[in-house]
Amino acid sequence: MSNWKTFTKGLIKENPILVLLLGCCPTLATTTSAINGMSMGLATTFVLIMSNLVISLLKNFIPDKVRIPCFIVVIASFVTVVQLVMQAYVPDIYETLGLFIPLIVVNCIVLGRAEAFASKNPVWPSILDGAGMGLGFTFALTILGSIREVLGSGSVFNWRFLPEDAQTILIFVLAPGAFIALGYLIAIVNRLKKTK
Amino acid sequence: MKIIIILISTIFVNNVILAQFLGICPFLGTSKKTSTAVGMGAAVIFVLVLATLVTYLLNKYVLVAHGLEFLQTIAFILVIAALVQMVEIILKKISPSLYTALGVFLPLITTNCCVLGVSLKVVGEGFIYGNNVGEAVIYAAGIAIGFAVALIIFSGIREHIDLMEAPEGTKGTPIALITAGILAMAFMGFGGLV
Repeated sequence: MSNWKTFTKGLIKENPILVLLLGCCPTLATTTSAINGMSMGLATTFVLIMSNLVISLLKNFIPDKVRIPCFIVVIASFVTVVQLVMQAYVPDIYETLGLFIPLIVVNCIVLGRAEAFASKNPVWPSILDGAGMGLGFTFALTILGSIREVLGSGSVFNWRFLPEDAQTILIFVLAPGAFIALGYLIAIVNRLKKTK
Repeated sequence: MKIIIILISTIFVNNVILAQFLGICPFLGTSKKTSTAVGMGAAVIFVLVLATLVTYLLNKYVLVAHGLEFLQTIAFILVIAALVQMVEIILKKISPSLYTALGVFLPLITTNCCVLGVSLKVVGEGFIYGNNVGEAVIYAAGIAIGFAVALIIFSGIREHIDLMEAPEGTKGTPIALITAGILAMAFMGFGGLV
């Protein structure tokens, strides 16, 4: 597979959320607004790229039997890095995302890519694969966050297009709206795939 | 009294799946049949209580005592992974019947984010039930029971959905997610109970 294909497959064709349905917890929990969704996506992208890079460098030194714990340690280290950096430079976003930053460790996408791609491929394709998957994840999260923000708070990226006293469908920024919005988004993607 | 409040608030009001979005993957993955949902629910109750107990003590007597709180994420996930492995081995030895019932679900639990999520939450700053180990364990038990309740209700609904004609494109996961949304709305009715 060419490098370009390795990079682009994560964006649409094998989009981790819309097609593979991996990593649903942060998807539902952090997409109350477009900005939150995007920051979560970028944090995950960073972890994906770095863990893919390190695991692909170490793949010949890690014994096969203990590979999963080794992967988890590598991933957890980078998650801690992200956690500390975000706490220092963007404390507001860190507050909003809260628990879901450390929970990147158990995000199925990260471990899944480490196991399925980085542990079998050279460094450069692994980085591209991590970046593609991460950006696909960010893309889906931003879309979902925008939909929920438009319907629920009447704004996009914190820019409010409705008058102050306008009624919005509040349920979309609450828990049930997350499930329903993601459900319809995936249904639309399924439908588009069929008509192609 | 406090115990009852903790349990009601974790099982119904702040249900771990429908209000806090922890553990969605097993929620969608193991809810196709009621029997697997019961197995998964039982396994989560077992592991979550045990994991919270161990990580709470580890945090209090090792990490905080030596000023190593920044290692929480790494230490907890390793402890949980090791614990799940250990539980699996011990169960295989002492209770083969329980092992066959829970066996398949145990390895899945390591990557269930509600286990790591709850153990991190319990030791987090400003957590009201984190003062002593008893309350923390009751909180974990409530969360796990809430997980099982939501999972079993949902699997019951989902068995019926499979028999219905869903609109094209929404078959499978999308219709399940929309149903989960309606279930979450129903659970919002518990808001203000505690």
